[in-house]
Amino acid sequence: MKILVAVKRVIDYNVQIRVKEDGSGVHTDNVKMSTNPPDDNAVEESVKLKESGKVKEVVAITIGEEKAQETVRKALAVGADRGIHVKADSYIEPLGIAKILKKVVEKEKPDMVFLGKQAIDDDCNQTGQMLAAMLNWPQATFSSKVSLKDKSMEIVREIDEGLETVEVNLPAVVTCDLRLNEPRYASLPNIMKAKKKPIEQMVAKDLGVDITNRVQQLKVEEPPKRKAGIKVANVAELVSKLKNEAKVI
Amino acid sequence: MSVLLIAEHNNKNLKPFTLNAITAASKIDPEVHVLVAGSGSESVAKEVAAIPLVKKVLHCDSPNYQNYLPENLAPLVTKNADKYDHIVASANTFGKNFMPRVAAALDISQVSDVIKVNSPDTFVRPIYAGNAFATVKSNDKKRCVTIRPTSFEPAPKTGGSAQIDKVDAADIPNFSKFVKREETKSERPELGTARIVVSGGRGLESGENFKLINDIADKLNAAVGASRAAVDAGYISNDHQVGQTGKVVVPDLYIAVGISGAIQHLAGMKESKIIVAINKDGEAPIFSIADYGLEADLFKALPEFLSELNKLNTIQK
Repeated sequence: MKILVAVKRVIDYNVQIRVKEDGSGVHTDNVKMSTNPPDDNAVEESVKLKESGKVKEVVAITIGEEKAQETVRKALAVGADRGIHVKADSYIEPLGIAKILKKVVEKEKPDMVFLGKQAIDDDCNQTGQMLAAMLNWPQATFSSKVSLKDKSMEIVREIDEGLETVEVNLPAVVTCDLRLNEPRYASLPNIMKAKKKPIEQMVAKDLGVDITNRVQQLKVEEPPKRKAGIKVANVAELVSKLKNEAKVI
Repeated sequence: MSVLLIAEHNNKNLKPFTLNAITAASKIDPEVHVLVAGSGSESVAKEVAAIPLVKKVLHCDSPNYQNYLPENLAPLVTKNADKYDHIVASANTFGKNFMPRVAAALDISQVSDVIKVNSPDTFVRPIYAGNAFATVKSNDKKRCVTIRPTSFEPAPKTGGSAQIDKVDAADIPNFSKFVKREETKSERPELGTARIVVSGGRGLESGENFKLINDIADKLNAAVGASRAAVDAGYISNDHQVGQTGKVVVPDLYIAVGISGAIQHLAGMKESKIIVAINKDGEAPIFSIADYGLEADLFKALPEFLSELNKLNTIQK
């Protein structure tokens, strides 16, 4: 079997983002970038399935600017076999990304597509579900446990009420939650080896799909700031403040 | 034109966040119709019909919809989408699961997690874990929108009498199957809607020590939350997680205990009205957003907190 795993380059999760003064977006110059965290879980799960012997090939794909290739390179360093980089110079919304992925799926014919459940930049939580709909495949979102069978997968999903188990026929789209696994770090020899693995180059606008953004960003602003609070000296003072000042207990 | 809102329920009762989504939908367009798709779900259709903001209920009752599998639900929504300008659901694990399937089927770019409705086509939504707010305009003719429930008041539940129209089930693809659902049962209020939330982090050091959090929560009639670190460490189950990829809560009082305040945790709680932080590290980022900070060892502070609460004559419920 074959897995296509999608990764996105985003501002690192530890960076405190800064909104641009002109309201056009957030500062990205000289800001640390890395792979979207749940995408790392998607790569890890794909590689684990390969190591189990059930999966023969793992192909990592990213869509984005030149440097987005780093995320594919990282996936190759932890065990993906080859990469695809679909070049795009500007932001493409999830609908367009899903259309590009669909094109690649039709060519690569994987049995499963793994993605992170949400990107931590635009926080949309759409791409995997949209891709599944476009392919007319089943989906398993927020996955925290994946058991691969012959022609299906049993998946435990993290939902608001607790956990849900579903069984989806293959081929299927799986979006990964953070507790699915513990992503490994690449060893130096594997990082070196990954440099020799092939990354196929494509250009988004040459794929023959409509990737025009439909949702226009009018402005980006800082959320209202909280007023600085106070430190209390002890528990008695805390309880007194909550009771008599904030009046919440 | 009008809005089609997809109700979340358990085939017996409506889930409370649907009421918040109905309020948001009514700000888009007052003509709000609600689709109740379920199995043995007559009581839900009646409950929705009584909501004054709801103008019509579309009720589809079929075993296909018993467990709201997105592969089954999405075709029913798209089949009924023709007459509507907007399709709306809550941005929780229910709405997030099926709405993008509907949007893709209709070739619509979805607007996720809306916190403010400026006009029928312009919305405000948080990005970067709520560290920026984006105002966005949807240029699609028809729009798929998910609503952050805690940003809108729940709609009043009684006094209305909307017409209930039966609709036929759609074809289902038969390639996914519900196996089971393990719901965490609790006597405490629901995390998403509780007036007070007491949350524990890695500082608790073990699952057993969450008893200290639970005792305070019980005294205050509060829900129990947790940081991702505490959930990852296995101290408490995933449905307690507050944060960017967990639940977003907006209680009157949020008490963060042994939580340092990672960006992704703050994303889930920083809109709370009053925030209390108890942490032994005075430099912890959580203090920068706390109204009341107590720099203390939680293992001493929590028992003291409980005994101080016990001294109070009254505690608000």
